[in-house]
Amino acid sequence: MRVELLFWAGCPSYGKALRELQQVLRESGHDPRTVIVREITTDDAAASEGFVGSPTIRIDGADVQPLANEPTGLTCRVYRRRDGRISPTPDPEDLREAMLAASSQRPSGGRTRTAARAR
Amino acid sequence: MTLVGERAPRFELPDTEGRIQELEPAPLTVVVFTCNHCPYALAWHERLMAVAREYAELGVRMLAINPNDAERYPRDSEVQMKARVQAGDFDGVPYLRDASQEVARSYDARTTPDVFVIDGQGTVRYRGAPDRDYEDPAANAQWLRSALDALLEGEDPDPRETEPVGCTIKWKP
Repeated sequence: MRVELLFWAGCPSYGKALRELQQVLRESGHDPRTVIVREITTDDAAASEGFVGSPTIRIDGADVQPLANEPTGLTCRVYRRRDGRISPTPDPEDLREAMLAASSQRPSGGRTRTAARAR
Repeated sequence: MTLVGERAPRFELPDTEGRIQELEPAPLTVVVFTCNHCPYALAWHERLMAVAREYAELGVRMLAINPNDAERYPRDSEVQMKARVQAGDFDGVPYLRDASQEVARSYDARTTPDVFVIDGQGTVRYRGAPDRDYEDPAANAQWLRSALDALLEGEDPDPRETEPVGCTIKWKP
């Protein structure tokens, strides 16, 4: 399973998002060090990556909370927690569901083994 | 970072109806730099509006200022600001446009939100976040409330300054 966290440094939520993502990975039996963290630094990069705000988390290429018709750009992303609160980070339950959905589409469960960080 | 203890910069800015609002004498004024697109500003918004409602009768006036570059962040455009006001999001609090960003710069505002409390003599008496945790509605803008309560009692706020937390202000290139 390929787990990516894309962030923009102008939004301070990526550290919390990474911690929560790694916790969910740990709880679901995956190696939390396998998260691929990538910084988006320009509007051009945001456009080419389809980056609609920080943080963006993708599992096997699928956004954990897909947004329709959202413009790309260097901005903070607005999430809504399951209790209705607005938050800069996704609800961990949404991360769990996205992970389960990705795992169920893989014959072997698709556990990854390598840690990576790229900018 | 601090402006606490210094004179608050004066300003005149248009609200969403085009009326000019200014920092005018009031027992206490809360100036909040905020915006439409930032999750931190949105998470704290209702708590700030509750403060505006509950302290209005005590002579506290709140002004919300959006300083973000609306060309690069269209959600912070005047049209989008007006839509939120018309939807009742601001509950009577004037929502001002700082198109030149000069007011935000004069306050050394850093994030949305960034909160300043100004006393009747025009001195900044509190600056920072509304409370300790944007994620916890029970935090209830307690730092801001505590500052207002202290000032209304003729005392100094404690704390009088906290670290503002939120999205960086989107400065024009």
